Parts: sequence; structure tokens; C-alpha cells
Amino acid sequence: MHERFPGLARRLPWLVLALLAAFPLFAPAFGLEYYVGFVRRVLIVAIAATSLNFILGYGGMAALGHAGFIGVGAYTVVALVEAGFSSAWLAWGGAAAVAGLAAAAIGAVSLRTRGVYFIMITLAFAQMLYYLAVSLRTWGGDDGYGIYTPLEMGVWLDGAHAQVFYWVVLAIAALVFALFSRVAHSRYGQALRGIRDNETRMVALGYPVYRLKLAGFVAAGAVAGLAGGLLASHNAFVSPGMMHWTQSALLLVMVMLGGLGRRWGAPLGVALWLTLEEALKMHTDYWHWPLGVLLLLVVFHAPQGVAALLERRAGKEAAR
Amino acid sequence: MDAIFVFEQLLNGLGYGLMLFLIAAGLTLVFGIMDTMNLAHGSLYMAGAYVAARVHEASASFALAVAVAVAVTVAVAAVLEFLVIRRLYRRDHLVQVLATFGIILIADDAVKAIWGVAPLLASTPAALAGPVQLFEGLPYPSYRLLLIGAGLAVALGLYLLVNNTRVGMLVRAGASNRQMAEFMGVRVGAVFAFVFALGAGLAALAGALMAPISSVQIGMGEAILIPALVVIVIGGIGSVRGAFVAALLVGLVDTAGRAFLPPALRAVLPPSVAADLGPALAGIAMYVLMAAVLTLKPAGLFPARG
Repeated sequence: MHERFPGLARRLPWLVLALLAAFPLFAPAFGLEYYVGFVRRVLIVAIAATSLNFILGYGGMAALGHAGFIGVGAYTVVALVEAGFSSAWLAWGGAAAVAGLAAAAIGAVSLRTRGVYFIMITLAFAQMLYYLAVSLRTWGGDDGYGIYTPLEMGVWLDGAHAQVFYWVVLAIAALVFALFSRVAHSRYGQALRGIRDNETRMVALGYPVYRLKLAGFVAAGAVAGLAGGLLASHNAFVSPGMMHWTQSALLLVMVMLGGLGRRWGAPLGVALWLTLEEALKMHTDYWHWPLGVLLLLVVFHAPQGVAALLERRAGKEAAR
Repeated sequence: MDAIFVFEQLLNGLGYGLMLFLIAAGLTLVFGIMDTMNLAHGSLYMAGAYVAARVHEASASFALAVAVAVAVTVAVAAVLEFLVIRRLYRRDHLVQVLATFGIILIADDAVKAIWGVAPLLASTPAALAGPVQLFEGLPYPSYRLLLIGAGLAVALGLYLLVNNTRVGMLVRAGASNRQMAEFMGVRVGAVFAFVFALGAGLAALAGALMAPISSVQIGMGEAILIPALVVIVIGGIGSVRGAFVAALLVGLVDTAGRAFLPPALRAVLPPSVAADLGPALAGIAMYVLMAAVLTLKPAGLFPARG
């Protein structure tokens, strides 16, 4: 990006981060306490969307079952709570680990297929997880599972401030985002993009294509599981609905709305979609159709997503 | 579990499979010919169910209800094709997912605005309300027999249309090699508009017929879409014959799984485990079937493209 203020592009992320970090402190003064929880949800969903953007945008893997890994993470938290554990760190770490394992198993099978068949088989596995959750009555089954005592983050964190969970989520989101941005531009990220653009050539060049894709798929699954664990804490409730195929589709839609394969695509798309949803819900019961119209507008007028639109504007201003 | 129960479940599976076929046939042709992934196909099924339920209630004539449902849905689909789908042909699959997901959101709100949030109760036609004595000891709902008969008739009609008519020849040409068909002078755009309308009509017919035995509600389109996609993937994308075989397979596996797996598991496992595992395995059965078929035949049972 070249614009008139060469430092801005570098400083903007830090500015956004600082604003987000300060938000819970000044929110009560403006009567915005409710929105601290909302922003926390946006951040958690953005973590999952960032991981999807990584495999889909950079790796070309059109997974329509990402919500399945979110669900695996959330139900891992349920399993640990049910077993009597109360450490949040153990629960979230476990969520990421189990979801990573699930992604390894599912990826190992799915990544042998291409195109539409890959879309369908990832969808099929997510549906299997969904039905598993629906019928596991020990963990609530169809009705879901309430987590009545909040998980413990450690003595000095829990007592510190009412919004300490918000900052923990923000820190994790920033870390995940920085990590994926970095990896996307590493040697590994370049190889992944090469596979997306021309898999045959990458095979011919001697890259272990299957293993590279599987590694990305597992990492993305683990991070989605982490987001699922955080979501379980955020809602204090876990239900099979988290894994329904429309949730996977929504995640995909948000990433594409923001801008597929663009650094800011996932967080932008999630923030835009969830904010619109929240604002529309406040005014009308019919809040689905404007979002549907928005999707059609994006498809026909901004196929590269909102992030690309902003970048183009920044570029134009620089040229002026 | 006796032979009569098994037979009854097989008939149920056959009926469900045939309805799945009506939905999947349009989906597989649209997918096969124009390489377009249409998630909103389920919304057309929903439209058929809603229109049929309301017209049936208002006019007390089931045949009229079905006819109106198909006509209205075909008209809606023609508009949809002209405004949106036509511009998606040459786009990426993901873009098609995005756009047709947008259509689902709009369709669900439109149904909510017109008919409200509460599920509709669609009644079976009075003449078919009672059971039929198929043979000694097996009364079977006559309405479900109508489903099977209608499904088989439509499948036969579609088979004749695709294999024995000029239009069908163009459709097959488009499905097996679109570019070549275009070079040979087939107006693929017109063929596609026809196929899209045909698919919409079949989906609406399935919706209208399923309305009395399922709940007519918002989201029913999204629920039926996934089994329909499973069917076309198993059958081979673009193949009507494949969709037929796969629909019957999925219908039977799904129904048999729900009917026989829980009692079978109860016989070998402790009751608490079986109670959890039975329904889970039954729900999963058709996806396992799909994974198995794709492992053995990656392009489905009857690949349409050579």
C-alpha cells in the first residue's frame, strides 16, 4: 500500500488495537456496557474467520465445514467441565488440541478430493459432528449444555476487573491475527499460495503438496477449535446449533464479504456482518433480507470484498 | 421386529427417496450443465410447500393446490434465473455460494412476511386420509402410496424427457460437454433457463407433496438441501440416472438407519450408550455412505462427464 501518509498503514493496526483495548474502560461513561460483550463476540468470531481465510484465501481450500471445528472446541470445554476441571486455560488449550486432531483426521481424508467434492465432503464431516452432538444426551443433546460456573483464568486475572475476559479474548485475537499474517507471508505461506494458483506445477516443483495443505488445515482447525472454546465461555452455553451447516456457510460468507485472501478480510467481514446484523435486529424483525441484498451487491459490484475496496481507495488517493 | 415392520420401513424409505430425487434432479442438472452451485434450490422447495398448503386450505382441492404451487414456483424461479442466476454461470463456485446464500436469506424473510413465523399445518387430502390394507396385517397410509406413485411417474417422465426427446438431447449434450455443445450451435443459455425452471417445478412438486407429512416452516429448504446435495454427489454431478439411484439409496439408508439401528444397538450395547449412539449413527449413515462412495468412485456412481 502506498498512500500519502506512509506511516499510517503501519500504525493503523496498533491504533485499532489500542482503541479496542481501551473500549471497556470508556464504554460505561457512554452507556455502552452491552457492547463490550458484543465486541467480544466479534473478536471471537474473527479468530475463527481468520483461520478460515488462511486455508481458503491463501490455500484455496473451500471448506464448508469450519463450524464443525468450532463445535468440537466448544464440546471439548463441555467435556472438561463435566469431568470436573475448572481451568479456563486447560479448557481452551484442550479445545484447540482436540479440534486440531479432528482436523487432522478429517483433512487426511478430505484433502484427497478437489473442487466441489472437497466442499461437499467437509460439509459431510461437519454434519456428522452435528448429529453426534444432537444425540449425545449426556452433554445436553438437542437442548444444549449450560456452563453455570465460569471457568477460572487464574487468581490474579479473575479478580482484577469485571472485563478481564474481554482483554484475554482481545490478546488471543491479536496474537492469532499476527501469527496468520506472518505465516501467510512466510516461505510456507508462499508455497500455499502457489498450490492455490497451480497445484500441478507445485507438485512438479517437488513440493510435498498434500502435507503442506494438511498442515494448514490442521492449524486452521485448531484455531477454530480455540474460538469454539472461547465462544463456550462467552455464551456460557454450548449447543449443536453452533455446528449447523448454515453456520459454516455464514463464516465463509463473512470472509468473502471482507475479502478472500486479504490480510484484513476476515476481521473486516466479521465486524461488518455482525454489526449490521445487530443494528438491523434492533429496528426490525425482518433483518435477513437486507443482508441477503448486501451479499448480492458484493457479488456483482465488489467481488474482491470490502478490504479490496478500501485498498483501492487508498491507492487512488495516493495517485492523486 | 417382524417382516411387516421391515416392509413398511422400506416403503417409507422408497417414498422419501423419490421425493429426494425430485429435488435432486433439478439441482444436478443445473450443477452439471452450467457448473452452478445453487444453495437456494431448497428455497424453491419451501415455496412449493407454502403455496400448496395455503391453496389447499383455501380451496379444499389438493390437485389444484399442487398445480398452483408448481406454477407459482416456476414463475418465481424464472424471475430469479433472469435477475441473478444467469449472471453467475461463469463465476467461481464460492461466489455462487455467496450469492445463493443471499437469496436464501431474502427468501426466508419473504416467507416470514407473507405467511408469518409459525409453522403451517398442512392437511392430507380428505380422500387419502385413511390407510389402505396392502395385505393381511399391513395397513399403509394411502397418502404415502400416492407419494410413491407420483414420484415414480415423474421419474419415468423425466427419464423419457431426457433420453427420448430433442430437448433432452440438448440437455444431455450440455451436461456432458458444455463447450462442445455451444460450438455445435446449441443455445445453452436457453437450455439452462428451461432446465432451471424444470428443476424449480420438480422441487415445488416435492414441497407440495411433502407438506402434509412434514412441517411447513422457515428453514425447511435449508434442511432438505443437504441430503439433496449428498444425493447428487453420490450419483455423479449432472447425471439424472445417478440422482435417481442415489436418491433411493439415501432414502433407504436414512430411513432404515432411523428404524433399525437404535433397536439393533440396544440388543448389543448397554441401554444408556445405545440411546445416545443409535440416533447419532442413524443421522450420520447417509454421510458415511457418501464418503464410502467417493472413496471408491471419486466422481460418483454415474459420472456425467466422460
